Amino acid sequence: MITLTHYLVLSAILFCIGLVGVLRRKNLLMLFFSTEILLNAVNVGFAAISKYYMDLTGQMFAFFIIAIAASEVAVGLGLLIIWYKRVGSIDLDTMQSMNG
Amino acid sequence: MEKYLYLALFSPLVGSLFASLFGAKPKKLFVGLVASTLLFVSLFSSIYLLCYVASSDNIIHVKLFDWIKVGGINIPFGFIVDPVSVIMMVTVTTVSAFVHVYSLGYMKHDEGFNRFFSYLSAFVFSMMVLVMSDNFAGLFIGWEGVGLCSWLLIGFWYKKEDVAREINPSISPSWAANEAFIMNRIADLGMLIGLFLIYWNTGSLQYDKVFENISTLNITIVTLIGIFLFIGAMGKSAQFPFHTWLADAMEGPTPVSALIHAATMVTAGVFLIIRSYPLYSQIPDVGFFIATLGAFVAVFAASMALVNQDLKRIIAYSTLSQLGYMFVAAGLGAYWIALFHLMTHAFFKSLLFLGAGNVMHAMDDELNIFKMGGLRKTMKWTAIMMIIGSLALAGIYPFAGFFSKDKILAVAFDSNHYILWFMLWVGAGMTAFYSFRLIMLVFFGDERYKKYGFHPHEAYWYMLLAMAPLAILAIIAGFFEESFEHFVTYLLPEYHFNIEGIKEVGLIGITTLIALSGIVFAIYKYSKGGFNPKWKENFLYKLLLNQYYIPIIYEKCITKPYAKLSKIAWKEFDVRIIDATVDFIAKIIYISGFKGRVVQSGNLSKMLGWMVIGLVILLLLVVLYSPVR
Repeated sequence: MITLTHYLVLSAILFCIGLVGVLRRKNLLMLFFSTEILLNAVNVGFAAISKYYMDLTGQMFAFFIIAIAASEVAVGLGLLIIWYKRVGSIDLDTMQSMNG
Repeated sequence: MEKYLYLALFSPLVGSLFASLFGAKPKKLFVGLVASTLLFVSLFSSIYLLCYVASSDNIIHVKLFDWIKVGGINIPFGFIVDPVSVIMMVTVTTVSAFVHVYSLGYMKHDEGFNRFFSYLSAFVFSMMVLVMSDNFAGLFIGWEGVGLCSWLLIGFWYKKEDVAREINPSISPSWAANEAFIMNRIADLGMLIGLFLIYWNTGSLQYDKVFENISTLNITIVTLIGIFLFIGAMGKSAQFPFHTWLADAMEGPTPVSALIHAATMVTAGVFLIIRSYPLYSQIPDVGFFIATLGAFVAVFAASMALVNQDLKRIIAYSTLSQLGYMFVAAGLGAYWIALFHLMTHAFFKSLLFLGAGNVMHAMDDELNIFKMGGLRKTMKWTAIMMIIGSLALAGIYPFAGFFSKDKILAVAFDSNHYILWFMLWVGAGMTAFYSFRLIMLVFFGDERYKKYGFHPHEAYWYMLLAMAPLAILAIIAGFFEESFEHFVTYLLPEYHFNIEGIKEVGLIGITTLIALSGIVFAIYKYSKGGFNPKWKENFLYKLLLNQYYIPIIYEKCITKPYAKLSKIAWKEFDVRIIDATVDFIAKIIYISGFKGRVVQSGNLSKMLGWMVIGLVILLLLVVLYSPVR
């Protein structure tokens, strides 16, 4: 039997994977992937809890997150391509024109 | 009637504000004309109010608006026109109106012409608030207002450099202005304490309520109130030991000396005592102290005037001495006589000062009377008017000073204070002597000024015209004595003389005798070329010329140690403790910022790392401190 706990554990594991990806990866493209994993970890949580409480609000919110993630990726990828054309690299460590 | 009250009170303010619009502009004649016209509006309103109050025995009392209304405190902005305040209003506006006209000529070539009229009218407004207020708080506002205007006007030529005390005893206008202001501040602290005591013990600052309750208070409290209020009066009226500022205040333009430092502001202290007569008549001991101090200052100041060589300083010491006379009368309970002398003194003293202004103008601002002489030939009218003023000051019949000064001497004799009477009597002789010493040295004798290359000339006709009414008042004001007494004793207590007949005549005779002998001695001595120069080596002469060395003692014993103390407080306490504490806090923030700025490396993955750390901390806090476990 798969209970709510399982879903939440899955969500937490996914979130941790995404977080580690965000922290460790240096490639901007990989960063986008990690962000997607983070968002979808949250989506899993939302959908599971929504089902558990029989409340559609959570699922609705998950849809919103999917829409926002899509638009974010669209804008982000566009910027990424322009950046690559200009600099020739999408390594995070090369992007430090401002530092204290 | 209220209309006239507001006209009298506010037209100087309007004049001042109008003139201040042109304060930084070059000289505009109409500014002075408008200010003077408004002063005359105020003068005529005051005279109208005087006639009204005198004819109907009514008191006009208006409440303009509530001023301070917090908790139990209720201090309205109220004004009262009763016999005492209306006499003050008429005196103040008369002198100031004519001084305004005189200033049109005196300040003609000064670049600060507009500014001058703004200050002068502001002074008159403050003085009107002082005398017309119906409570102690309003009086205090006016009191501080006149102090401020006095500071502005003494330091009117603030650009002059400081010089050594040996060359100019007042050092510089701005120095003198600060001295006057600080001296008054010290005394005003006493006055403020007095006001607090009044409020604490009576629960009000309104004159009528305070004086109603004053008889129910403990006599110690009343004595304390009387002493503290008198300290304030000592500062404003330049009584010993606060007297040094008045002579130094002569650095201001001469019309200012005439208006503020002779006729009006310095008499505010006497006015305060007169106004609070129900308080002071409860405590005759304090009254006696006031009278003693007054008599002391009368002689003390007159003695300094005997030898001084500075035209304006001589008249300033004479003002001090006359203020002493007023305090004797007020201290001995003869309040109406003090007010009477205040009024007559205002007329003849401002006349003397304006005359001195004419002489200064003629002599290119030279003040040493030993460089003048024989000026009567070129300055006939000034000479005549100054002689009138001096005769009035010396107390010669039928001039105004005779009536008021004789009454004060009679009061001292009548109340069996023979020592006070003797001091005042000696003072009267000195007054006569130094007045005519000044007249002789300035207007008669050899024309010493020729040696110094001066070309004296008579003042403008309208300056003389402005002095003429004051001269007339200096002659005739004494004859109003009986109607004046009748009028003000409606409010003030009467004074009953015990001596009559031959004794009274004898007293007048003795006083007139010493005044006349002082005059004759001065004329005799100075028509023969003055005193032997050997006198200048005399210790007494040096003592008097250096003002008993009091300014130097003050500087050595008070100013310098205080400056040292301030320096210690600055270097040790302020810099080392307070500044160090503040700097320490600033340094911690600066260093932490310096150390912490590596966080802002610009590296996205590091920044994300910090963000995650922050997130974890916040999550931990939520878990630890959340109310639901």
